[in-house]
Amino acid sequence: MISILSVEIPYWGQTTFRVLGGLAAVLLPAGALVYIYLFKLMSFVQSRLGPMEAGPAGSLQLLAEVGKAFQKEDIFPRKADKLVFAAAPFVVLMSTFLLILVVPFGPDAWFVNLDTGIFFALAVSSVSVIGILMAGWASASKYSLLGGLRAAGQLIAYELPLVLAVMGVVIQAGTLNMQEIVYAQAEGEIFGISGIGNPFIITQFIGFAIFLIAMQAELTQPPFDMPVAESELVSGYMTEYSGIRFLLFFIGEFATAGVFSMIASVLFLGGWWVPGLDPDSNLFNILGPAVLFGKVMLVTFLIFWFRFTYPRFREDQLQKLAWKVLIPLSLVNIVATGILKVVF
Amino acid sequence: MTTQIPDLSEQEQLRYISQQAADARVNVEIETEGMTLNLGPQHPATHGTLRIIAKLDGEQVVAAEPVMGYMHRGYEKLAEVRTYPQVTTLVNRIDWVGSFANETPFILAAEKLMEVEAPPRAQYIRTILHEMSRIANVILGIGDMGVQVGAVTPIFFAFRDREYVLNQIEAVTGGRFHPNFDRIGGLKDDLPAGWIQNTKNAMEKVRDFCDQIEELMYGNEIFQARTRGIGIIPKDVGLAYGLSGVNIRGSGVDWDVRRDNMSPGLVYDQVDWKVWTHPDGDSYSRMWVRLQEVREGTKIVDQLLDQIPSGPIMAKVPRIIKVPAGEAYVETENPLGVMGYYVVSKGDLNPYRVKIRSASFNNVSITPWLLKGVYVPDIITILGSLYFILGDIDR
Amino acid sequence: MGLVPGMIKGLGVTAKSAIETIFPDGPLKPPSPSKGAVTIQYPHEKEAPAPRARGVIALQEDNCTACMLCARECPDWCIYIEGHKEKAPPRRAGGKPRQKNKLDRFDIDFALCMYCGICVEVCPFDALFWSPEYEFSEPRIADLLHDKSRLAEWMETVPDFESYESGSEAKVRKVPR
Ligand code: SF4
Ligand code: SF4
Repeated sequence: MISILSVEIPYWGQTTFRVLGGLAAVLLPAGALVYIYLFKLMSFVQSRLGPMEAGPAGSLQLLAEVGKAFQKEDIFPRKADKLVFAAAPFVVLMSTFLLILVVPFGPDAWFVNLDTGIFFALAVSSVSVIGILMAGWASASKYSLLGGLRAAGQLIAYELPLVLAVMGVVIQAGTLNMQEIVYAQAEGEIFGISGIGNPFIITQFIGFAIFLIAMQAELTQPPFDMPVAESELVSGYMTEYSGIRFLLFFIGEFATAGVFSMIASVLFLGGWWVPGLDPDSNLFNILGPAVLFGKVMLVTFLIFWFRFTYPRFREDQLQKLAWKVLIPLSLVNIVATGILKVVF
Repeated sequence: MTTQIPDLSEQEQLRYISQQAADARVNVEIETEGMTLNLGPQHPATHGTLRIIAKLDGEQVVAAEPVMGYMHRGYEKLAEVRTYPQVTTLVNRIDWVGSFANETPFILAAEKLMEVEAPPRAQYIRTILHEMSRIANVILGIGDMGVQVGAVTPIFFAFRDREYVLNQIEAVTGGRFHPNFDRIGGLKDDLPAGWIQNTKNAMEKVRDFCDQIEELMYGNEIFQARTRGIGIIPKDVGLAYGLSGVNIRGSGVDWDVRRDNMSPGLVYDQVDWKVWTHPDGDSYSRMWVRLQEVREGTKIVDQLLDQIPSGPIMAKVPRIIKVPAGEAYVETENPLGVMGYYVVSKGDLNPYRVKIRSASFNNVSITPWLLKGVYVPDIITILGSLYFILGDIDR
Repeated sequence: MGLVPGMIKGLGVTAKSAIETIFPDGPLKPPSPSKGAVTIQYPHEKEAPAPRARGVIALQEDNCTACMLCARECPDWCIYIEGHKEKAPPRRAGGKPRQKNKLDRFDIDFALCMYCGICVEVCPFDALFWSPEYEFSEPRIADLLHDKSRLAEWMETVPDFESYESGSEAKVRKVPR
């Protein structure tokens, strides 16, 4: 990051820069997703227009919602465990911010360039489970408890296919470093054709599909929204939240969707790199974030498309899908990738 | 001591086993503490104020009990102090999404007591409106089922296309929800010009909706996994609980008041239509029969529209209606099931006693039997597939 | 069949619906979702209700004889009428002065009214009409009590009666203006 501007920046400057960058990287995609997909595309699917009043074509609706949430009373149920109840949304949001750390936005535009980047990402993504369990337990409500437990069961079950789907990529790239995974795709070649590099979606298509499904489940988006199942559990673990804390959960949900899509695009779609350009050129430090954002929109489009279309699974069906279909499939994928890696 | 499971399907056996398991869990000594989950009266899934007290073991229901009456409005009693023409406007509010159908049996009962019969044109229009209110009601039920199993889009499609039907109902009766259009001896008014053609177009839209929803929802494997084999009502149990309408036809009982016991005043015998049944008795079969019923309803309406005879719409009835002493019971096949009115008259301006047999009350009374042993998500699926309207339960 | 076909079809349905909303004129024309959507942006554009729609009750004051029939038949007794008799000049010269009923008060409480239409139906003198106008909500519930001048104002919004569908023997009535 320092080299983008080619000037020495003092430590506090760097820190501020990174904090602001992190906030922007998390919140901007989240806002865009909510407006473009949740508000607008969903409305178009249902033959309506969605928000139209706040700003041109309702584009400031989200800000209005935020303003509304700030005005609301922050209600604590009387029997709630106050501290845990208050902290839960922050824990969930924290995991999102930790995730963004390892995502590369350009050859030099990264927050932290960890050698075990993807490993770190998968590890911190589980922190949100703790937040959700905290919310479910501390609310002192049966609906919240059921929702929290369901969420815990579901998130843990789908962590495994998520990790295993990534394994294929890691084997192919030969590194855990997210930045190097991008380079591996940019400089790789598929069966001797090197023109378009090697976006892993082509060779790891099964991995991509599994990653997408597991991601959908991790994000508790329909058809995997059992934990919040609004027709039976009211709002699951979020039932008792109101005002700003509910907003944090809400933002957390879509921010995580954005960040997970970033990871998916880094792993499978080549991250900030586009075919035909030299991955080392300084251009990508400017262009990279935009490219990545475009790819994120593609991936999230799929997520939301499924969301509008499908009814939700039942708890047991969900677990069956994870343990009986996705995990064996991803194991097969790993074995196949390993064999091919050795052969070629 | 062998428990016999007489030729049950595999699904029913599974259900039986899970019920036994639920029973057994209560009796086990080392027992996890059960939890009572109170669904409602304010709950998104009960679309109204139904309350279900479910005793859970984990996510499995050990016992469930519906509590009704949160919305009791006392229409039976109110009807005793209202004149006959005033009653129709009250009963509109029983099943509020298919409200014209509520008026029909009451008017037919009064007509029976007064020994008048509506002229043929009125009978045709009455039947058309009855059938249109069925379509308006059942479409919403189908869309609502989507929400219950977690898909957001079907309900919007349902509202979108139901609007065309409601617009037609409004164009002729003046009210979208509460038509108050049926009168003893005929109808309030005749059809406005151009209505027949517009209604045919609306029926076209409804058929499109059926195709669309069939692809979007019924064909979806997740939807099928959520509904097939869930909430099976065997034939005899359903009959014993007094289920009616789609809920019993979904269990394979070929019984439809429109065909089997049609009271004079409606003209279902003039058209060519079919009663759909499904042998499975599970949630999916109920929803499937609903969909077919909407399609059949559009066909009935189309045929009736072509056949409407000309003539007056009101028989000769005195301006001030006094119904001669006597009793009459008339039932019709309403969107939610069989609805009947038992009217006792003492020759006054008011009915002496009105007893309303509404379909949803019986349909919901099966829930304690049906919900035993299912999982929490299935409660919602089953309630959605039984499809009740709270006003129809509590009256 | 496997997991694929039904679910893929479902995706097709939602995609098609979205495309129909965004591009109502066909895929190559510029998008105009506000035309493709079935909803109406209410305060900016308004849907015309059916002429028979029961929106608000209008009173033709000259026709009303304060006969109280409507007030008696109303199921929730939300019409309040007071009147007195007046001597009107005779119709022919030298005749006896006529009795005329003069309305002092004619209020309908729309907070209680359930829009059943019985009053309009029973009025023997063509004094009450339905207007499809629906924008008369008030911040205070007491303001929903419309007095006779307010009810008379609605007369302007009463549409003419529609003609009937062929085969009807009903006569089209006229709205007194
Ligand atoms: S519409 Fe019905 S409730 Fe309203 S004033 Fe007239 S008679 Fe009374
Ligand atoms: S409005 Fe009609 S029914 Fe009512 S008092 Fe006047 S004339 Fe009589």
